[in-house]
Amino acid sequence: MPSDSVLRIVWIYPDLLSTYGDQGNVLVLEQRARRRGIEAETIHVRSADPVPESGDIYLIGGGEDRPQILAAERLRRDGGLHRAIAAGAAMLAVCAGYQIMGSTFGGEEGQPVDGIGILDIASSRGPARAVGELVADVDAALNLPTLTGFENHMGVTHLGPGVRPLSKTIKGVGNGDGFEGCYAGHVVGTYLHGPALARNPALADLLLSWRVGELAPLDDSRYEALRQERLAAVLQAS
Amino acid sequence: MTQLPLRAQLASALGRSAATLSRMTGRGDGSVIGGRVGLLLEPDLLRKLARDRKLALVSATNGKTTTTRLITSALLEFGEVATNAFGANMPAGHVSALAQHKGAPYGVLEVDEKYLPEVLDTTGAGVVCLMNLSRDQMDRAAEIWLLAQKWRRALSGKPTHVIANCDDPLVTWGASTAAKVTWVAGGQRWKEDSWCCPECGGPLDRKDAFWACRECTFHRPEPQWALDDDTAIDPRGQRWLLDIQLPGQANRSNAVMALAVAEAFGVPVERALPRLREVTSVAGRYTTVERDGRYARLLLAKNPAGWLEAFDVADPQSPIILSVNAQGPDGRDTSWLWDVDYRILRGRPVFVTGERRLDLALRLDVADVPFTLCGTFTEALAMQPPGRVDVIANYTAFQQIRSEFGRAV
Repeated sequence: MPSDSVLRIVWIYPDLLSTYGDQGNVLVLEQRARRRGIEAETIHVRSADPVPESGDIYLIGGGEDRPQILAAERLRRDGGLHRAIAAGAAMLAVCAGYQIMGSTFGGEEGQPVDGIGILDIASSRGPARAVGELVADVDAALNLPTLTGFENHMGVTHLGPGVRPLSKTIKGVGNGDGFEGCYAGHVVGTYLHGPALARNPALADLLLSWRVGELAPLDDSRYEALRQERLAAVLQAS
Repeated sequence: MTQLPLRAQLASALGRSAATLSRMTGRGDGSVIGGRVGLLLEPDLLRKLARDRKLALVSATNGKTTTTRLITSALLEFGEVATNAFGANMPAGHVSALAQHKGAPYGVLEVDEKYLPEVLDTTGAGVVCLMNLSRDQMDRAAEIWLLAQKWRRALSGKPTHVIANCDDPLVTWGASTAAKVTWVAGGQRWKEDSWCCPECGGPLDRKDAFWACRECTFHRPEPQWALDDDTAIDPRGQRWLLDIQLPGQANRSNAVMALAVAEAFGVPVERALPRLREVTSVAGRYTTVERDGRYARLLLAKNPAGWLEAFDVADPQSPIILSVNAQGPDGRDTSWLWDVDYRILRGRPVFVTGERRLDLALRLDVADVPFTLCGTFTEALAMQPPGRVDVIANYTAFQQIRSEFGRAV
C-alpha cells in the first residue's frame, strides 16, 4: 500500500457498468477497511474520465452489451488500468467487466469484440442464459470458504494457461466448463453479480490483504447468517 | 361497437366464464386466466377486441398501474373505459380487460415494457404514454437499452401519437422515432441509468433539467407540458395546481402525463383534473390499513428507482417496516438492494422482514442503518407503538401483506 496510508478504491465506469448492485462491492470493501481502522477513499471514474493509476483496488462491474463494448474501447484507449495492474494493484472484475479483461468477448449479435487483454481468457456467447444461484469450491491455494452468489449472463469463458480457475462449481454454470471465475496475480474475475463481496466477505478480505497485509478479524455474524441461509436454500433445492 | 365474428364472440365469452370461475374459487382476480382461455380459442382475439376503439397504451418501468388508473379516470368523462386495472399487463390481461367491457368506446391498457411492440402492432393503439426506464429485475426483465431500441422500431412508421417524458433520456430516445410526440417534462429522480447517451454512448451533460450529449446532437427536446413542484403547466403556458391525493413527486409526474394523454383524447384539463383528484389508492398502493391502533400505510417498491420514490413519500417522523422477497415476480436476485441508498433511514426506527430479510439486514448493516429484524410482518407491526407506520415492500411481499388484510385494500 502506498505510503500515504489511505486505501484508494477505484470504481471503474459506474456510468456504463454498474447495472446490478455492483456498488455493493465498493461499499463492502469500504466498510471492512473502516471497521479495521483503515482509512478508505473511493474514486468513481466515469467513462469520459481517465483511469487513475495510483489506486489500490480496482472494481469493474456488469452491464448490457453496448455499454460493455464502449467500456472496452475506452479502457484500451486510456491505458490507465493496464499500468495500475502492471504496478501491482488488485482488481475484482465482475460479469461483463470480467469478460472485458480477456482477449475477446461476444458482442450484441454474438460477434467477437476485442477485450483489453489483462487476463489470459477468451469469452464468447453461450447457447443459453445462465441465471441463478451459484455455489463453488474455491481454488485451494487461496484458502477461502465456499463461494456463493448469483449469476446472470450468456457468456462462456475459456481460461488460458496464464490464469487459474477461481473455483470449481458445485451448482451453477460459471465459465461454462465446470469452473467459475479465474485469477492471476492480484486480479480476480467472476460471473457473480454485484454483491459478490457481500456474499463472500473472505474474498473482500483477500483483495484488501493484497494491499494492506494481515487483517484483524471482524464480527461477521450478519454476513455469515446470509451465507448460511443462502447455501442451505440452494443446496437443499438441488 | 362493431359485432365481433362468431369465433371471437365465443372465445371472449368462454374467457369471461373462466375469469368468473377463477374469482369464485378464490384462485385469482381472473384477469389473466380469462384472457388466456380466449387467446387459446382465437389467437387474433386481441386485434378483434381492439378494433374500432380509441386506445391508449401505458408503459414504463415504474408507475404503469397508477398512470393507467389516472388516465382511465380522466377518460370516464367521455364514457365507458376498458382497462386492466389490476396490473395484468401482458396480452392475456389486455384481452380480458377489453372482453369485460365490450361496449366501451375507450380503452386504457397498462403494457409490460417488453410487450409494448407486440401490443402496439396488434391493437394499433392511437396513443402511447411512456414515462421512465430504469434497471428492473434483470433475471427476468430485458436490458433497458435494448428495450428502448425495440420501442424505436415499433413506433417508427406508425401514426401513433406518443406522450413521453423528455426528462428521461432513454425514454426520449425510445420515443423519438414516432411520427408525433408530445413531450412532457415529468422529472427524473433516479439518474443512474442515464449518464450515457443512448444514441452514441458519449457522456450526457446535465444542467438543471436540461441534458445533452457531449459528443453527438442528441439532447432534451423542448417540452410542451411540464411539472413544476405541485403545478402542471399546459402547452398554452397555463398553470394548474394538481392537488391530487396520491402522495409524492412520482405521482405528480404520473398526473401530468395523464393530463397530457387526456388532452390527446380531447378531455380538457379543467375536466380531467377533478377526476384525477378522486383517486386515493391504486390496487392497494398508498392505502392505510389499521390493526390494533397501528395505521400502516402500504408503499410498493420493486426496484431502486421505486425505492427512491417510496422514500420520498414516507414520513420521516414515522417508524418504517421494510419487507423484501425474491420470488419469481420480484426477481430471484437481490443484488439490486445494493443500488438503493438506505442512509436516508438513519435516525428512524426501522424494522426488517420478508423472505429475504437477511439480505436486507446485511445491506442496512453496511449502510450503518440500525434496525430490528422480525420473523414476520405481523410481528413487525405488533412491535410498533399505536399510531402511524410506513411499510415499503416489494411485489410479492406487498401482496402477502395485502392478503393478510383480506385484499380489502
